[in-house]
Parts: sequence; structure tokens; C-alpha cells
Amino acid sequence: MGSQQRTATSIAVIAVFVLVYALGSMFVTDQYYQLTLTLVPIWAVMGLSWNLLSGYSGLISFGHAAFFGLGAYTVTLMLVRFDITPWFGIPAGMVVGALAGLLIGYPTFRLRGHYFALSMLAYPLALLYLFEWLGYQEVALPMKRESATWFMQFSDYRVYTVIALALLVVALLISLRVERSRFGMSLLAIKQNEYAAEAVGIDTLRWKMRAIVVSGAIAAAAGGLYACVLLVITPQTVFGMLTSAQALVVTLFGGIGTLWGPVIGASILVPLNETLQARLGNVLPGIQGVVYGVAIILVILLAPEGVYWRVRDHVIAGRRLPSPHAADGTPPVAVTEGAARRMLPTTQVILEVSDLSKSFGGLQAVDGVGFTVHSGSVLGIIGPNGAGKTTLFNLLNGFVRPDRGRVTFTGNELVGLKPNRVCRLGIGRTFQVVRSFQRMSALQNVAVGALVATDSDADAMERARSALVRVGLSERADAAARALSNHELRLMELARALAGGPRLILMDETLAGLGRDEVEQMIDLIRSLASDGVTVVIIDHTMHAMVRLADELLVLDHGRLLAAGSAADVTQNPSVIEAYLGKKWMQAGAAD
Amino acid sequence: MNFQVLVENFMQALVAGLLNGSLYGLMCVGLALIFGVMRVINFAQGEFLMLGMYVTLYAVTGLGLAAWVGPYASPFIGVVLAGLALFVGGYLLHRYLVSRVTGTRAIGAEGEGHYAQLILTLGISLILQNGGLMLFGSTPQSVRTPLSSSAWELGLPLGDAAVFVNKARALAAVVSIAVTVGLFWFISRSRLGKALRAAADNPEAATYMGIDVDGAHRIAFGIGAAITAVAGGLVATYYPFQPYVGLEFVIIMYAGVVLGGMGSILGAFWGGMTIGLVQQLSSLVLSFQLQNVAIFVVFLLIVLFRPQGLFGRSVERT
Repeated sequence: MGSQQRTATSIAVIAVFVLVYALGSMFVTDQYYQLTLTLVPIWAVMGLSWNLLSGYSGLISFGHAAFFGLGAYTVTLMLVRFDITPWFGIPAGMVVGALAGLLIGYPTFRLRGHYFALSMLAYPLALLYLFEWLGYQEVALPMKRESATWFMQFSDYRVYTVIALALLVVALLISLRVERSRFGMSLLAIKQNEYAAEAVGIDTLRWKMRAIVVSGAIAAAAGGLYACVLLVITPQTVFGMLTSAQALVVTLFGGIGTLWGPVIGASILVPLNETLQARLGNVLPGIQGVVYGVAIILVILLAPEGVYWRVRDHVIAGRRLPSPHAADGTPPVAVTEGAARRMLPTTQVILEVSDLSKSFGGLQAVDGVGFTVHSGSVLGIIGPNGAGKTTLFNLLNGFVRPDRGRVTFTGNELVGLKPNRVCRLGIGRTFQVVRSFQRMSALQNVAVGALVATDSDADAMERARSALVRVGLSERADAAARALSNHELRLMELARALAGGPRLILMDETLAGLGRDEVEQMIDLIRSLASDGVTVVIIDHTMHAMVRLADELLVLDHGRLLAAGSAADVTQNPSVIEAYLGKKWMQAGAAD
Repeated sequence: MNFQVLVENFMQALVAGLLNGSLYGLMCVGLALIFGVMRVINFAQGEFLMLGMYVTLYAVTGLGLAAWVGPYASPFIGVVLAGLALFVGGYLLHRYLVSRVTGTRAIGAEGEGHYAQLILTLGISLILQNGGLMLFGSTPQSVRTPLSSSAWELGLPLGDAAVFVNKARALAAVVSIAVTVGLFWFISRSRLGKALRAAADNPEAATYMGIDVDGAHRIAFGIGAAITAVAGGLVATYYPFQPYVGLEFVIIMYAGVVLGGMGSILGAFWGGMTIGLVQQLSSLVLSFQLQNVAIFVVFLLIVLFRPQGLFGRSVERT
């Protein structure tokens, strides 16, 4: 309900903005200002395109000019060569842009961070020289005196403004749709923690590919329309650095990761730029660049995430919302029943691991480990630091590919599958250091985990709510993840894994850093999960907790399986005592 | 006959590649200090190069160095002045602007922290480029010396084949190599160099070890700017330039640094050298525009297919 209402509000705001803008521009007859008024929506569209990929997913593209330029050249060359109207040319350009997104994205998404950003820089520049080489240094759109409308040529510039606005509306609606759906949610999750996103079943590559394809198509449309408006294009103007920079600057200036950012940025910066150019361009060439530079530096120092967020934070601070979860000290309601009525683990094998090995350089991190996990049981894995526990989990859920060995889960071979496929098969995971989506609320964090279980976004929210209730964190549903305590984060991460409806959960040091009471709560919770039929494999250091929690124990040391069996057997095992538990344990055991 | 021409062309391209490559190498070394070591994507690096060119030009003509010390030595003194000027400029730029969005302040701001840094240096780049246009005008300039238009003729042991080596380029290349070696020695041996490396490797740990990380970053930024400016001044002795010249080189610099492996000074030099060689050797078979395409294609191929070697430090713990 709430989200539908917000979407309706956003659409209303878009409608009002566009109508006011269109009406306002009808009164401008000066051709120069009219051109500026047309360029604002075009660059806003370009910014939206950039934002769709880079703003939401956090993968910064310096190469959006590639799509823009391809769109511009597709429209121009189709008209020049084949006499095809831009009305068809722009959609064709969008197809070219989308294809370019496909071709660029697939190899380039292997990279992250700086490498991704820099590689993206290379594409438009390579295209720039390629088009120069092809002899398209400067291509003019031929004037069509007859049937000018058919060829998108208007003597009244206001028509271009309307067309640009129409394109802007389309781009805004696409952005809105993305932002309010699992598409945007997945991209945000990727931005905030790609590993966690992959581990909760989000096919990160697929979403990134979708984003770059849609983004490429939108940028190409902007480029195509730009060519129609300016009538002359050169490789430098459409593929140049400044075109990529413009996309990035209007978005970062206006506000990143929101559809309003590019609109605000373009509305302020484009007129500023054009006016300076017109007024002072002759006297002081370059003045617009200097002012532009100063403006963006000031914004980045004063409002690092853009004008939109700054203003929004200001307004929200002004309203001073009373927090519904004011610190009244009531602990979250923990789930404590369950523990009493234990369901015995079945004899059915759910996970079978054999001869699993992985070395990093000379370090044999996991060495020929094999074990089986019975459905509904709790398997504890202990071992000193560096024993290969976390690596073992990474091998099981697909973060790391083993050198050899097999992993079979409910009859499916897992080796070679990506983490999101492993998750889809029913294996959830939590991390040694909690990997949260920091800027999302606890509920949203968990909802990302629920996406894998359902095709409906509303249903995902429902599942997320009940998962939060299940772990006893529903009170904190709306708190931002970065405001949660360690205990709450552990619970949230567990809820996120549960929300995907896993049959098995890999829990990496879930008890670490918890207070004594918190450990007790967590143990009860995990036992209750097991009795509900969720199989648990848990890593921990603390033998005391593990003895009570686990049905069976594995002891790892230097990547090898040292011992396996019931807690009683393992703790009596001399080699385990020697390698891990130490004499103290023996004495404590004797005193019992 | 035909074979001789072929060999001659190849040798000529090879020599040009080695000479250009040395200069590219030096530029890359400057960037490597800033990008490779501090992980700052500095868009203004090309503008540092451009400023180095203009400082050299004005030192030679404006200060009248040419009249004082003669036409041969003056460009090199100009280059030294350019280095000093850009060191101070880079230091202050980092102190008052760049440090606000990088270094210890940005620790923990993974991902999100990059935006500010990108757009800030983009802004600096725009200001320098266009400010340069206002100050220096758009007419292409060059630092002419008698060396610019003279060449050595090296005979090849093959008929009467010979290779021409432009003296200005050759000298510039020699100076580049000397500066690179000097910097490498400084970074690996000196106390300050070690502090810089520590601050780069793990800013947080270095802080606990009592290293003034922000101070080290300032100095690294200053040196990085100075080195690239020196390269610019050297290039200016044989290459005409205008305020937008930085854009022509900035990609080459990034390509070189990434090729050489992030964080490695010598690697960056070899990366730049590779770019120079690819560019010049490709001129044997490709037109000018396609040479540039070739650079980007090589860059992309290496980044895409050898990321493991380049990913050195970005491996995350799960």
C-alpha cells in the first residue's frame, strides 16, 4: 500500500514538473534559450541513464558517451545513408545502444571498482577514433524541406523541447519502475555488498547486464535526439570525455541513486553552462568550464551526495520525526520455545562433501575434506584460526571454486555453480563479519534475501516480515542496518538467509562477539530452526557453546579433517585435545 | 630492397616507440604514485602534464632562461622548475581539497567514498583546462630548441639503411629514465619513501605505527604531480600543445598504470613503455586513428583477461 502510494505521488510529481516545464517553455521564443530548454531534458535523460547503472549498482561508468555516440551516429547515418527518419532512427539507435551494453557489459563486469571505471573509459575513446577513421569527422543531418515533420525537423524549436520532455518522461518512468522493484533493490544490494547479494541468491551478473542494457538504450535515445536537435555531430562531441563527464556530473550534482538527481542537476547545470558560454564565451573562452568546475567542487564539498539528498536531509531534520523505536531499553522478543521440543535429526543425507581441496598458492587451505550432513541436524565446525573453516564455506556456497572434490546437495552437484545458484538450490549463508546492506533498513535487508523465494515483490516483503518475527527482530524492522548492534545484525543476517526459504544454512561464527545472554538466545533460536527442519552447519571457536548446540562436530586443523563425530566423542579425541582444546579442557572435563 | 625498407621502417618505429615509451613511462610513474599508491582516480593528471608544459615554456621564454643559459640547457632547467612548481601545487591541492574526500577521512567509505573523489578531481580538471585556456590561449605552442629539429643518423648493418633519432626526443627519453630510476631509489630506500609505501599499503595500520598518513599522502600527491609535470615539460620540447592537451595523454597514463600493475612504480614505467611501443609499432600497419584504437583494445584485453595479476589487493575476505 505504502509503496504504491509513493509511486503514485512520484508519477504525479513527474506530471506536474513536465507540464509546468512544457508550459513555461512555450513562452520562450528566443531560439538560443529554446535550445537550452531542449538540452536540459536531454542531459537529464543522459543522467538518468547513467544513474540507472552507476547510481544504483555503484559501478561507476566513465564511458556512457559510447552509448550516447552510438545513438547519435545511428540516427544520423540512417538518415544520411538510407533516408530513414529519426522517428525510426532513435528506436533503432536504442537497439544499438542496448546491444552495445550487452557487448560491453559481459566482459567488463568481470571487473570491479576502479578497474571497471577505467575500462569503461576506453570504450567511447576507441569508438571516437574508429569513427574518425571511418571518415565521419563531421556529419550533418541533411535538411528536408518537404515532409519536415516526418524527418523530425521543425523550424519551431519548441517542438523539440516537447519531444525531449516526452523522452524524459519515459526515462523517469523506467527509472521509477526500476527503483521501486526487485530490479532496483538488487542493484542497491550489489552496490552495498556484492558478496552478500550473491550469497542471498541475487544473480548479480544478470542484474548488472540488465541495467547496462537498459541504460545503454536510454543513453542512445538521448544521443539520437541530441543529433536531431544540433543537426551536426562530430566524434568528439558525442564520444568525447566531456559527454561521459556530463552524464556523471549532472547526476552527482543533483543526487546519486535517485531519479530526481539527474533532473535537478541538469536543470541547474545545463542552463548555467549555456548562459556562461553565451554571455562570456567570447570575452573569456573557457569561463564556463571554470565556473562549472568550481560549482561541482563546491557541491561535492558541501553536499557530497548531491543537492537532492542534502535538501532532503535538511527537510527531514526540520520535521524532526519522533522515532517509534525510541531507546526504551526493551530487548527484542526472542524465540525461546522450539528448544524444548527437539525433533531428532533424520538419517536422510542432505549434503555430502568428498575430498574437497583448495590451495591458495603454496597454502593448502582445505585439504581432502569429506563429511555428510543429515537433514534437520546441526553440524558444528570448529578449529583454530586459519584451519580453513571459512574457506570451506566459500567452497560450499560457490565463492571459491575447489581444486578438486565433490559437493552434493539434495542430489545436485554444487561445484562450479555460482553462489546465487547455490542459494537458489536452498543453501543460505551468514558471514564471519556481518555483511549487511548498510543503507537499507533491516526489513529491506531481509527482503533482498526473500527475492529468491518468490516472484512477487510484495510477497518478498511479507516473507521478510515473518523472517524478522521468526528471529525476534521485528521491533527493529525500520532501523537502518548501520544503526543495529552486533547482536541485531547477526539476527538480521540470519533472517535474511531464512527469508529465502533455505533447507540448509551455513552460519559463519554467528556466536562471535555476543554477550552471554545473547549467545543463549542465539543457541535457542538455532535449535528451534533445526527442529523446524532447517539443517544448520555452523562454525565457531567456542567449544562450550558448540557442545550444546551441535548434534555432530567436525574439527578442522590446517585444512584437514582432524576428527568428526558426536560432541562427546570429539572432545575425548586425544589429537583434538592436543591440537585445539589444550590441557585446560581435559582438566575441566575431569572436574565435571 | 623491399626488405631493407621494411627493416628500416620497423627499426624507425621501434626507436620511436622506445623514446615515446620512456616519456609515457615517466608520466605513468607520476600517476602511479597518485592512482596506484593512493587509489585516487585523479582526472586532473593530464592537466598537471599540461601545466608542466606551460611552466617550462614560460620559464624558457618568459623568464628569459634561453638568453641566460643558452638554448640547450634552458628547457631542462625549465623542466626542473615545472617539477618544483607542480610539487607545491599538488601538495597544496591535496592539502586543501583532495584530502577532504580521500585518505584517512575516506577509510570505511568503501564504494560510496569514490564518488566524491571522482567528481572533485573532475572539477579540478575542468578548472585547470579552461583556466589554462583563459590564461594561455588556444594557440598551439611548443618549446623550440635547436635540438627539436636535429637528429642523429644511426646506420644499420644492412646496406645503406639508417634510422633517424630526434635529439630532443632522445634527450627527453634519457632524462625520463634517469628520473624514474631516481624516484624508484627514493621510494625503496629512503625513510620518507618507506613511510609513503606504508601509508599506501595500509593507511590504518600505518597510522597506528606513528606515520603521518595524511602528510605522506600530501607528499606523494605532490611528487606524483611533479613527475608528470616533468614528463610534460620534456614532451613539450618536441610536441606542440594547447590547454586541452591533457586529454590526449590521460588515458595513456591510466592504461600504463593498470598494465603495469597497480602500486608498482617500475611496473608503471614498463606499462607506459608498452603503450609507446604498441602505438608506434602499430603505425606500421594502421592509420593514426586506428593506432589509438589499438591502444585501447590492448588496454581492454589486458584488463579483461589478466585481471588476476592486477587484482592484487582487492581480494576481499568473506
